[in-house]
Amino acid sequence: MSKTPQSRIWIANGLGMLSRYNWRKIAEAIALPVGALLFSLILFGIFCAFCGKNPFAVYGLIYKSAFGSWRSFQGTLLRAAPLMLTALCTALPARLGLMIIGNEGALVMGGLGAIAAGLLLSYGSITPSPEQLQNVSGIPSAGVLLGMALAGIVAGGLWIAVVGALRHYRAVNETISSLLMNYIAIALMNHLVGGPIKDPGETIKASSFSLPEMNRLINLPTTRIHYGLFYGLIACVIAYFLIQRTTFGFAARTAGGNVKAARIAGLPVGKLTVMICFLAGSCAGLAGMAEVAAVHGRVNESLVAGYGYTGILVAFVARYNPIACTLVAVLLGGILSSGGALQRTLDMPDATALVFQGLVFLVILFSESLYGRFRVFKEPIAPIAAPPLPPSSSTTVSA
Amino acid sequence: MRNIRSIYVPRRQVIRGLLATAAFGATSKLWTGCSSDSATSNSTTESGSGTGSSDQPLVLGFLYVGAKDDYGWSQAHALGVKEIGNLPGVKIVEQASVPETKDVQEVMRSMIDEDGATAIFPTSFGYFKPHILEMAKQYPAVQFFHCSTLWEAGMPENIGNYYADTDEGQFVAGRVAAQTTKTGKLGFVAAKPVNPVIRNINSFIMGARSVKPDVKIQVIFTGDWLEPVKEEQATNSLADQGVDVIGVHVDSPKVVIETAEKRKIFSSGYHADQTDLAPKGYLTGTTFYWAEFYKNYVDMIKAGKKVMDGSIPRVIQGSMKEKYIKLAPFGPAVSEAAKKDAEDAEAKIADGSLLVYTGEIKDNTGKVRIPKGTAYKMTDPVLDKIDWLAEGVQGSVS
Repeated sequence: MSKTPQSRIWIANGLGMLSRYNWRKIAEAIALPVGALLFSLILFGIFCAFCGKNPFAVYGLIYKSAFGSWRSFQGTLLRAAPLMLTALCTALPARLGLMIIGNEGALVMGGLGAIAAGLLLSYGSITPSPEQLQNVSGIPSAGVLLGMALAGIVAGGLWIAVVGALRHYRAVNETISSLLMNYIAIALMNHLVGGPIKDPGETIKASSFSLPEMNRLINLPTTRIHYGLFYGLIACVIAYFLIQRTTFGFAARTAGGNVKAARIAGLPVGKLTVMICFLAGSCAGLAGMAEVAAVHGRVNESLVAGYGYTGILVAFVARYNPIACTLVAVLLGGILSSGGALQRTLDMPDATALVFQGLVFLVILFSESLYGRFRVFKEPIAPIAAPPLPPSSSTTVSA
Repeated sequence: MRNIRSIYVPRRQVIRGLLATAAFGATSKLWTGCSSDSATSNSTTESGSGTGSSDQPLVLGFLYVGAKDDYGWSQAHALGVKEIGNLPGVKIVEQASVPETKDVQEVMRSMIDEDGATAIFPTSFGYFKPHILEMAKQYPAVQFFHCSTLWEAGMPENIGNYYADTDEGQFVAGRVAAQTTKTGKLGFVAAKPVNPVIRNINSFIMGARSVKPDVKIQVIFTGDWLEPVKEEQATNSLADQGVDVIGVHVDSPKVVIETAEKRKIFSSGYHADQTDLAPKGYLTGTTFYWAEFYKNYVDMIKAGKKVMDGSIPRVIQGSMKEKYIKLAPFGPAVSEAAKKDAEDAEAKIADGSLLVYTGEIKDNTGKVRIPKGTAYKMTDPVLDKIDWLAEGVQGSVS
C-alpha cells in the first residue's frame, strides 16, 4: 500500500517538472492563433463562394502567388520587411501595458530624419544648390547609410517617447495621443516637402531632394529584397531577448502586469515607459529609413502607405511576441502580395485581399477571448499528496 | 527563495523561445521546400505561356491607384480599358488599388513575368518616379506608357507618354455653369494648388466669365488628392455662402457631387461621368475618353511599332479636337440654350477658332498675365508654368 503513494509522488514530481515548462500554455498559444487562421480561411472561402469563385482555387492561388516560388516569395518578403519593424512599435509598449498606435507617424518621422541626414551627409545641405548637387561628398555610402539609420532611429524614437512621457507624467491616454501624433507627423512631412525642403525640380508631387544613387540601400545579391529585411529580423530578435531575457525586460513586464506592485518594488516606471516607447518608435523610424533609403530615395506623400497601421495588425496577431511578429509579417506580406494575383487571374475585386485581412484580424481578436476556455490546455489539478509544486506565482507572471 | 523562484521564469521562456525559433526554422524549411518546388511550377508556367504565345494574344497590363469604380481618375481609365478588352487578340490584365510603393514594381513585374504583358500602362502620376523608371531599366524590351508628359531625355527609351489637356472641357463646362447659376457665385473644390488643378480652375472661370463677366468663383483647396471629409466640409461651406454651382478637381469627385446634390445645388464633374450620383443637379463634366488613346496604342503595337525606335511617338497629346476629352451628358437642369451654346463652343474649339488662353488675361490681383493679342495653343509649354489664379477667382495658391 505504501508503494503506490511513492510512485504517485514520482509522477506528480514529473508532472511538476513538465508544468514548470508549461507546455500546455505554449500549445495553447500556438494552437489558438493557428486555429483562428484556419477558421478565417474557411470564412474567406465562403466569401469566395458567394463571389462565384471556387474557394480552393483561391487558396491555391494565394499560396502560389505568395509562397509558391522563390520569385513570388521575394515579393512577400519585400512587403513583410517594413511590417516587422512597425509591428514592434505596438508590440514593445504592449508588454508594458501601453497600447500605442503611432506607428505610421513614427515611420514618417524616421523617414524625415533619414532623408535629412542622408542629404546632409551626401551634399552638405538639405536643400542643395545645383552646384552642390554636382559634388557628392566623399563619405562612403556605408557611412551615409549608418548616419541615416541613426537619424531615423532617433527621430522615430523621440516621437513615440513623447507619447510615453505624456502618458507617465501627464496621464494622457497613450492610444489617443499616439494616434493624433500620426496626423501631426504626416502634416509636418507634407509641410516640409511642400516648402522648406522642397525640390523645386519636382512638379507632380511635392518631394524632398533625392539621395544620390550610390547612397541608396542596395538589394541582397541576386534578389530584389533590400537589406531592410535584415533590419526587421535583427530588431525582432533583439527585442525578444530584451523583453524576455534581461532585467530591463523583466522590469518592463512587471510594470505591465501591475504598475502599483512595480512601484512598490522600486522599479523606475517612468523611465521604463519612456525608454520602451523610445525603442518602439525607433523601430518604426528605422522602417521609415529603409523605405526612404531603399525604395523612394526621397520623402513625399508616398511614404504614408499604411505600413504603420498594418503593423498594428501584425502586433495583435503575434500577441506582442517579437519573434512571432516576423512570422506574422511574412504571412500578411503574403496576403497583401496575393491580392494582385486574385485580381489579375480570377478577376476578383481589388478589396478581396483586404476582406481576407479583415477576417483574419477579427477572428484572431475573437480568439483572444478563448484563452483558458479549453480544458485541454488547462493545468491538471495537482494530485493529492503531491509535494509542493513550483510556486503558482511563476506561472501567473506570464508573458 | 524569491530570487530562486524568479530564476525559473526565464527558464520557461527559454523553452518558449526555442519553440518559437523551431517554428521559425520549420517554416524556413517550408520556404526552401517551396523553392525546390518552384523549379517545377516555373516550368509549368513557362510552358503555359508557351502554348499561349502560339495564338499570340497581345497582353497589356494596366495599373490603377484607386478602385475601378471610384467615380474618378481610375474609373475613367478602367472604362477606356474595358472598351479595348473586347478587341480580338487583346488580353488585358489589370490591377486596381495599387499604392505608390514598392508594390507598383512588384505588380508590373508580375504582369510581365507571369502574365506575359509586353506593354504596361501604369496610370497614376506618382508611379513614374522611381517605379516606372526602375522597371523600364530592368525590362528594356517591354514598353511602358505613362499617362503624363514627364519623360525627359536621358530616361529609358522604352517609356512613352500620353496625356489629354482638360482646359477646353473645363472652359465649356464653365460656360454651362454660368448660364445655370442664379446667384452668380460659383464654387470649386480642389486638391492641391499644382499646375493642372490651377489651369482647370482658371479655364472654368474664364469660360464662365466669357458668358457672364461678373461671375465669381470661390476656391477651396483641401490639401490632398483624397480627403473625403474635407471635401464634404468644403462643399457644405460653399453652399452656405450662396454658391449654387460647384466644380471639382480631386481624385474622386464622388463626395463633392453627392454633397452638392444633398444641398440641392448644381455640380460640374471631372474625370468620369457622374450623372448617376446627382441625377438632378449634375450639369455636365469634363471627362477623359482614354479608350481613344488605348485603341490607338493597340493598333500601333499590333503593327509591330515600338516607342524605342520612334515608330510610336514619344508623347501623344490631345484634347477635345481628338475626342480625348468629352463633356459628360447634360443633366436636366441645363437649358436648351446652354446646350446649344456648349455644342457651338465645342465645335469652335475643335476647328481651332476658339483658343482658351487668348489675351488679355489677368490674374486675380489684377496683373496682366497674358497680354492682348497673344494666344496659346493647348500644347504650348508656357501653359505648364501657370501658377496664378485668373481674375474672378477668390482664393490664393499659397
